[in-house]
Amino acid sequence: MFDSLSVRLDKAIKNLKGQGRITEINVATTVKEIRKALIEADVNYKVAKQVTDKIREEALGRDVLVAVSPGQLLTKIVDEELTRLMGSTHAPMELKGDPAVVLISGLQGSGKTTFSGKLAKMLKGQGKSVMLAACDIYRPAAIDQLRVLGEQIDVAVYAEPENKDAVQIAKNAIKQAKAHNKKVLIVDTAGRLAIDEEMMQEIANLKQALQPSETLFVVDAMTGQDAVNTAKTFNERLNFDGVVLTKLDGDTRGGAALSIRMVVDKPIKFVSSGEKMEDIDLFHPDRMASRILGMGDVVSLVEKAQQTFDEEEARRLNKKIRKNEFDLNDFLSQLEQIKKMGNVKDLMGMIPGMGKVAKDIDLDNDSFKPIEAIIKSMTPKERANPDILNGSRRKRIARGSGTTVQEVNSLMKQFGDMRKMMKTMNKMGGMKRGLANLMGGR
Amino acid sequence: MGLFGGIFSKDKKEHLDKGLAKTKENFFSKLGKAVAGKSTVDDEVLDNLEEVLVTSDVGVETTLKIIEAIEQRVARDKYLGVDELNRILREEIAALLSENNSGDLEDFDVPSGTRPYVILVVGVNGVGKTTTIGKLAARFKAKGLQVMLGAADTFRAAAVDQLKRWGERVGVPVVAHGMHTDPASVAFDTVKKAVEQQADVVIIDTAGRLHTKVNLMNELGKIKRVIQKFVDTAPHEVLLVLDGSTGQNAVNQAREFTKATEVTALAITKLDGTAKGGVVIGISDEFKIPVKYIGVGEGLEDLQVFNKMAFVDSFFG
Repeated sequence: MFDSLSVRLDKAIKNLKGQGRITEINVATTVKEIRKALIEADVNYKVAKQVTDKIREEALGRDVLVAVSPGQLLTKIVDEELTRLMGSTHAPMELKGDPAVVLISGLQGSGKTTFSGKLAKMLKGQGKSVMLAACDIYRPAAIDQLRVLGEQIDVAVYAEPENKDAVQIAKNAIKQAKAHNKKVLIVDTAGRLAIDEEMMQEIANLKQALQPSETLFVVDAMTGQDAVNTAKTFNERLNFDGVVLTKLDGDTRGGAALSIRMVVDKPIKFVSSGEKMEDIDLFHPDRMASRILGMGDVVSLVEKAQQTFDEEEARRLNKKIRKNEFDLNDFLSQLEQIKKMGNVKDLMGMIPGMGKVAKDIDLDNDSFKPIEAIIKSMTPKERANPDILNGSRRKRIARGSGTTVQEVNSLMKQFGDMRKMMKTMNKMGGMKRGLANLMGGR
Repeated sequence: MGLFGGIFSKDKKEHLDKGLAKTKENFFSKLGKAVAGKSTVDDEVLDNLEEVLVTSDVGVETTLKIIEAIEQRVARDKYLGVDELNRILREEIAALLSENNSGDLEDFDVPSGTRPYVILVVGVNGVGKTTTIGKLAARFKAKGLQVMLGAADTFRAAAVDQLKRWGERVGVPVVAHGMHTDPASVAFDTVKKAVEQQADVVIIDTAGRLHTKVNLMNELGKIKRVIQKFVDTAPHEVLLVLDGSTGQNAVNQAREFTKATEVTALAITKLDGTAKGGVVIGISDEFKIPVKYIGVGEGLEDLQVFNKMAFVDSFFG
């Protein structure tokens, strides 16, 4: 998600590589590049200036160790600075009261309603009884949208389509939640502009009347320089408890998130991506900073792998790789495991150094389809012994899978290369353990 | 006003001014600050100008381009004052917009001779596609055109309902198959019905999609191909809706949607907030796609035909 930024910082820091120490002169160009990169990532102009000033200070103040190149040192400093900027540790949500009220606020189109549904589903998954309240009385069909989402995730939705008083609806929703013994009430509200006095008063009134245990400000990760102004105004009126960053699955650089965190000094609590109700995550500043720098989000990758990888299977595969018996059946089952882990492109972005690659190629889970079709068109014998694939077998496989012989050939070539690589890795002792760790998930 | 008076009638200008008042105020007060107490343009002024442009989402590259042009003019004419800076800045930005916006629309209308005139509306999630369509339908209808809407956003919860409500409100028919149906078939039926009933304009709503989702982007191509089975010149317009508060990612959106569907026009929404809309300049500078409409408020009349001169004029008073 922050690929573009890491590419740029990479480029900026490259200027420093191969130089012995950090001086005023060599750090100046790099810092300028970093600032430009941050601004292009939609980090607020002033915030970017603050960050880069600090980075320059830090860089000049530090002794250059023999073991560390200036580029590495600067990467570390930038990483530290960005992590600090985003709030260092994860801030959990607080749910107090009966029911605990969560008030959702934000601009039009920021993704409040979808997020409300996702949050409800997440809390429900944690064993809490949840109710949604539809307090967007303005946008046509907003109530319907929440109702449909509620049905999807099997959560009750409180709505009064005829009532034009959001505060009253919300108050009734609390009563209803109490009556039905619901522990959490998520109140979805209308989108509003920060300069719309009447609407800002409405949300302030809602907060006053509901005394929510958590007020969240939802913001589109693609927002530009204006994010700071909007967040400031909402914070002045609502003193919200946390920020939700939505639509983080595009190629958005998300710089606005950093600025908001810094300007209003409120933690980012959730990130949300995609349209599926389960696409919601807690925000981890340290991981995000690493991603920004293209250092990869290895922690998330490993966690994801742990969730989905079948350990037995991984051990079996690992053994086969070591014995150099890795065949097409294993390849197929590996593809399936990867697919289970989610979007391939997102996954690649998490691998150190791969962010740049992932950005440039069209890759989604469908990319595997022809490969799967080809392998599935093979007999069990062929899958176990790819070497027996002669011309006529390949022709048959191509016909069976709806591909061409060329495609079959190129897959077999790739597979051959892969096996060769595994062989080499087996020879190198250290790498074997690295691979085993990755595949085993721990 | 003088120069632009002929192009832009007064009441429309006032309305645009109202919607963009915030934009203007910000840009102007900042610019005022940038040149306050100075009689010539020096480095500090240029630095401040950079800040003004960047914080208006103009983008680093475009900002540097504008500043470079101004620096060159300053080098040529050493005694450049504040008033002149103002005028030159306006000229430089107008030039960036003009390069690609050769023919602004005069009013809400579609080219005569093409019936039905098919408009496909695309964009990422939450930019205001459905709302823009509702307002556009109202505008066309007021012009005496017969409008038909197609609810091909069959994905987002209640999106079909939302468009139907707009249809009722504006008084135009909406072709819908319900949720989770094939968007291409909705588009096909809409165009078919429009031909049968001799409608003038067809506007097709599509589901919001992030431009990085390859499959969804391909779906747009399919919708387009299916429509062409019925009217081979359609869609006559592919309107990409951009959120005015979006930062530099809007450029990526323009790029990717153009790749998928050959976008022919842009609509910029939500310019009534504190967002400056500087992204328009950046996009207009990079792509050869004209900005056709801007949204400056909630009301039906707050969707307006984009006029670059009035737009630039509104920036600098």
